[in-house]
Amino acid sequence: MLRFILKKLLYLVPTMIGITLVAFGFIRLLPGDPVLLMAGERGVSPERYAQIAAQLGYDKPVWQQYFHYLGNLLQGDLGNSLVTKKPVLAEFLALFPATVELGLVAIVLATVIGVPVGVIAAIRRGSWFDQISMTGALVGFSMPIFWWGLLLIILFSGVLGWTPVSGRISLMYFFPPVTGFMLIDSLLSGQDGAFASAVSHLILPSIVLATIPLAVIARQTRSAMLEVMGEDYVRTARAKGLSPRRVIGVHALRNAMIPVITTIGLQIGVLLAGAILTETIFSWPGIGKWMIDSISRRDYPVVQSGLLLIAAIVMIVNLIVDLTYGLINPRIRHK
Amino acid sequence: MSFFSTRMLAASAFALMAAAPLHAKTFVYCSEGSPEGFDPAPYTAGTTFDASGHAVYNRLVQFKPGTTEIEPALAESWEVSEDGLTYTFHLRKGVKFHSNDKFTPSRDFNADDVIFTFERQASADHPWHEYIPGITYEYYSSMEMDKLIKSIEKVDDYTVKFTLNQPEAPFLANVAMPFVSIVSKEYADTLEAAGTKEDLNNAPIGTGPFKFVAYQKDAVIRYQKNADYWGEAPKIDDLVFAITPDASVRLQKLKAGECHLMPYPAPADLADIKADPNLKLDEQAGLNVGYLAYNTTVPPFDKPEVRKALNMAMDKKAMVEAVYQGSAEVAKNPIPPTMWSYNDAIEDDKYDPEAAKKMLEEAGVKDLTMEVWAMPVQRPYMPNARRAAEMIQSDFAKVGVKVEIVSYEWGEYLKKSMEEGRKGAVILGWTGDNGDPDNFLSVLLSCAAATPGGANRAFWCNEEFSDILAKAKASSNHEERVKLYEEAQVIFKKEAPWATLAHSTQYVPMAKNVTGFVQSPLGDYTFESVDLTE
Repeated sequence: MLRFILKKLLYLVPTMIGITLVAFGFIRLLPGDPVLLMAGERGVSPERYAQIAAQLGYDKPVWQQYFHYLGNLLQGDLGNSLVTKKPVLAEFLALFPATVELGLVAIVLATVIGVPVGVIAAIRRGSWFDQISMTGALVGFSMPIFWWGLLLIILFSGVLGWTPVSGRISLMYFFPPVTGFMLIDSLLSGQDGAFASAVSHLILPSIVLATIPLAVIARQTRSAMLEVMGEDYVRTARAKGLSPRRVIGVHALRNAMIPVITTIGLQIGVLLAGAILTETIFSWPGIGKWMIDSISRRDYPVVQSGLLLIAAIVMIVNLIVDLTYGLINPRIRHK
Repeated sequence: MSFFSTRMLAASAFALMAAAPLHAKTFVYCSEGSPEGFDPAPYTAGTTFDASGHAVYNRLVQFKPGTTEIEPALAESWEVSEDGLTYTFHLRKGVKFHSNDKFTPSRDFNADDVIFTFERQASADHPWHEYIPGITYEYYSSMEMDKLIKSIEKVDDYTVKFTLNQPEAPFLANVAMPFVSIVSKEYADTLEAAGTKEDLNNAPIGTGPFKFVAYQKDAVIRYQKNADYWGEAPKIDDLVFAITPDASVRLQKLKAGECHLMPYPAPADLADIKADPNLKLDEQAGLNVGYLAYNTTVPPFDKPEVRKALNMAMDKKAMVEAVYQGSAEVAKNPIPPTMWSYNDAIEDDKYDPEAAKKMLEEAGVKDLTMEVWAMPVQRPYMPNARRAAEMIQSDFAKVGVKVEIVSYEWGEYLKKSMEEGRKGAVILGWTGDNGDPDNFLSVLLSCAAATPGGANRAFWCNEEFSDILAKAKASSNHEERVKLYEEAQVIFKKEAPWATLAHSTQYVPMAKNVTGFVQSPLGDYTFESVDLTE
């Protein structure tokens, strides 16, 4: 097992180097220039432009800038934002817990609802439940996130007044962040009602963010279940008179879960993409909105180091998913 | 009432009872974005100035609320020498800086703070010039303060003398701008000793109406009323900025009572806001202009009669309706009507496609194809450039001019539109920084600005016009300046380097119980005078 983990970790090194290249190149390939964007309509004189470019090191050839960046990275320096002038890592760490909290709640929501729906749809194939849930999944999968979020806000916060419009907690609660996770911090604060407020603020954004993964997980579970139910060992299990619950719960579901877990793991990337829009609509202070703002301002250091950090996290999550296979399916572990 | 809100109300009532001291009035502002930092000097965004310069700091002089007139602030009075080269400011006594958990001021505000504020921006070898790696002072340099100020001298603890290199009437308006907000030198010394210089940008200490309490990135900024404020103390106890980037969401928050006031509503939401019995809508003409700049160095646009004819072919009224959804007025001058020296006697070119067609024929223009540039971003002065360009396209087609619409990424757009020999006409605009006509006319239309790095996108260099501007800038006689700028507008209209499109209206939606909010023509959001009625 340890060798398995070490080998996987070793693979990460060349991937990370590749990502630095892609992230570094990508933002520079986009037209636009951070200095010009900062100057805006007023413009900036050629002398002043040269001065600022020199100060930021952008007057040097791009390959030199890249190696300079790599050198700093090796020393643990991810650079400073051109806009806020603050260290990229500090900004990332301040915002990341918000995204993780939202993402975790969303993925748990998507799994807890998606898997049972998929299982029932597979068992009752062709029933009204199957048809309605799978049509719903198709709609969910094609849902335009921004529109969907706004619709939910207008309905549940505007018309019905059930949920708060945006933010992470009611403004009347004020305590310093300890973990950065509002659900935990609100409990630690000891202020009455803070936790309930944090939960109520999570409802709409996590529904919005969970919509697409939920649809994908439900459909994937259904098709994996259908495939497994046709296997010999399921027929054998049935033939030897096991209860349907045991046949489905142990023999079928356990085997069907492998592709489903892969799907859930892959949804992490989808979640990060969805987080960009969800965070913007719900004024959620996370890294999705941070990346988008930085790209539009051509904040080179934030984009290149931010992408690197996000990529590292996605890879680690995928590694964890790989390890989970082992737990669920002994065949992989023993290979 | 729902489960959550009932629980929350009960719980929060308890929390409030338990919390000490009890803060009665909390005002929540749904701001449109995050501040770049809290040191107002290195930044240029209005969002940053609202959160730092206006809330936490003061300047030597300030704009009288709701106007662009200058009034005393940290300087109680000032004198300008005969030759316009020396400005002597007499500072207010007994002004206290804020304190926080790391700093308690031992002295009142004095001349050292003024000198520190200017010198750290002016001099590259000042120990605070680059206190954060990569920091620059863009406003200071783009307002040409570095070229303008020859020296700053401390006459005594409460008198500071500025000597200029040339007389410059807008200087007073410049020192009312947020980038020269007065920073505490004592605080800077304390931070330097502690080795935490960057806290000047994270935990600001000013003399302003509100004390900074905390900032949670991209989420919330909290302030507390400055009880020792030298001016009239704020009526609210706590001020909160709830950062909400999407305009529709801001409106939903306002409607749900999660905030009291919001900036920049979407034009499409205005009717809805007006119809809501719990909201009110404050409106004011903005200090801005949207324009179409021809390249006056490229034929046939080098001929004033061609530019004039094209201006006559444009149905600007229809454009205000379609592009601005009616929330603007047609522009005839390059400066907005709320600005002093606006020449209302000038008549706009009449919309007359027939006459325009004839004029173009007389000028020998036939089968003209031109580019019209549409900006890729929304600005208050131009909410939808693509739509505006399409309307120009169809208007020009009626006089036989074919228009090709082009656009670039914003940074490219700004750069390419200033390249020599640029083809076509560019849609762009301007929002005033300090309410001085020079801040429009010189920046956008002078000969000096028609060079690389300038903002004269018509490349229009009219010696007579530029001379008038220079004369007006050097004069300290207000009446004379008014006359000169009025004259300059006549030349502008005759020469028509731009088609002036519109001046957009600023709308501020707020809850019914908000009182005392004064809109700034400069688009600043300040809250020292707001109050909440029951």
